[in-house]
Amino acid sequence: MDLLTPDLGLLFWQVVVFLGLFLILRAFAWKPITESLNERENNIQSALDLAEKTRLEMTALKADNEKLLAQARSEREAILRGAKETADKMMADTREKAESEGKRILEQARESMQNERQALVMQMKKEVVTLSLDIAEKVLRKELSDKSAQEKLVTDLVSNSRLN
Amino acid sequence: MMRLSINKFLLATALILSSLVGARAQEHNQEGEAHAQHEGEAAAPKGKFNVGEMIMHHIKDDHGWEFAHGLTLPLPVILYSKDRGLEVFSSSQLAHGHEYNGYKNEHGKIHRVDAAGKVDHEAKFYNFSITKNVASLLLSAVIMILVFSAVSSGYAKNKGKAPKGIQSFLEPIILFVRDEIAKPSIGPKYTKFLPYLLTLFFFILINNLLGLLPGAANLTGNIAVTLVLSVITFLIVTFSGNKHYWLHILKPTGVPVALLPIMIPVEIVGVFMKPLSLMIRLFANITAGHIIILSLLGLIFMANHMGGMGTSIAISPVVLFFTLFLNLIELLVAFLQAFIFTLLTAMYIGSAVEEHHEADHGIGYEGVEAH
Repeated sequence: MDLLTPDLGLLFWQVVVFLGLFLILRAFAWKPITESLNERENNIQSALDLAEKTRLEMTALKADNEKLLAQARSEREAILRGAKETADKMMADTREKAESEGKRILEQARESMQNERQALVMQMKKEVVTLSLDIAEKVLRKELSDKSAQEKLVTDLVSNSRLN
Repeated sequence: MMRLSINKFLLATALILSSLVGARAQEHNQEGEAHAQHEGEAAAPKGKFNVGEMIMHHIKDDHGWEFAHGLTLPLPVILYSKDRGLEVFSSSQLAHGHEYNGYKNEHGKIHRVDAAGKVDHEAKFYNFSITKNVASLLLSAVIMILVFSAVSSGYAKNKGKAPKGIQSFLEPIILFVRDEIAKPSIGPKYTKFLPYLLTLFFFILINNLLGLLPGAANLTGNIAVTLVLSVITFLIVTFSGNKHYWLHILKPTGVPVALLPIMIPVEIVGVFMKPLSLMIRLFANITAGHIIILSLLGLIFMANHMGGMGTSIAISPVVLFFTLFLNLIELLVAFLQAFIFTLLTAMYIGSAVEEHHEADHGIGYEGVEAH
């Protein structure tokens, strides 16, 4: 068996064994292995794609959320502003009303006081008249108890009242 | 771009290494043979240690598997001749130069002998024996089937899960063959050729590694084995070649008409040269590695002969250091040669099935023309 001349027997066995090995491995090893590898790679790729898609969706969702939030915020502000305006207006209205009511009540009080005073003055006047008449009557009665005095008075009165 | 440059670098390294080792192998080979002849002529006395013979004995095929001196596993001898039909017997019948059934084993080669005990060179018979190499071949086939059916069942068991055990050990190598060898060299049609490339790669790798074991056969360093592998590659390339491939051979683009009479024969020779170079590269690299390691170990026995026991013990550590170093290099070479053989096969297939592109013609398959 020389080094450089191929041996017939070994050639034969090498062809048979190598081809047999190739066919067996192709059917039972390489096919399932490469298929599984491809399948796994596809799975990984699709998972990555899905993650990317989800990420994009999340970004879109976030943008939507932010928009909604901004909208809600502006709405809230509008509502708050409106409420404040209403409250201010109500307060102003109430103050105005209260002021006018107070004024009206004061006026009324002043009027009734006036009336009372007038009535009081009238009453007093009446009382004063009666009292002075009583006094006058009493004085007169006393003054005119004697005859001379009566005559003197009449004389005085006549002298004072100049008949012109 | 990165991957391409890495591939180029690997390829260049591989070629440099392989040519270096190859050249050294030839030297050793010639030395060994010269040595053997010289010893033979001088009628070396029995018992004298002959390094050349020892090395040749180890790297060549044999009937019977000798693990150590005196420990030989007999293997079946299968002979076929027109006159005697099929004959099967154990190789132990022919051990130590015994004659059996009119056959005699001389230096590992079976001859027919006549009644007088003379070797009959005229007798025609075919030797299909399970030799040491065939036994090693069958062993490697069994190992590969067991290993890869385990890997394959791993994929069925761990479907959709992370790889485990031997499956995760071999998966990167399978992916390497697919993604670094088949895909870039062949292109989109790689799936059809992937089973062959994977079988080729692992066959060469496993047999290279098996060959490094002590007492193992030198299978991938046998020219019959590399011949079969390269012929299969040649057939695949030839039968899958498209019209651009053949047109390129008959009418290389960019070549002046005046040069065609030179270029066409060159191209045709190239078609056969490519598989031939594959055959010789693998054979020479593996055989060379074995020869170097055996030569180094032989030094110890030579020293014993020339300077006695003391000398041999004195040089043993040095020799062992170098042997260890070379064994490590051989481990690298085992991977490298499997890679180169597969890569070049893929490139040849790639050049045969490549769709024609005017623009990158001649630069699409980097390095192919360099071999």
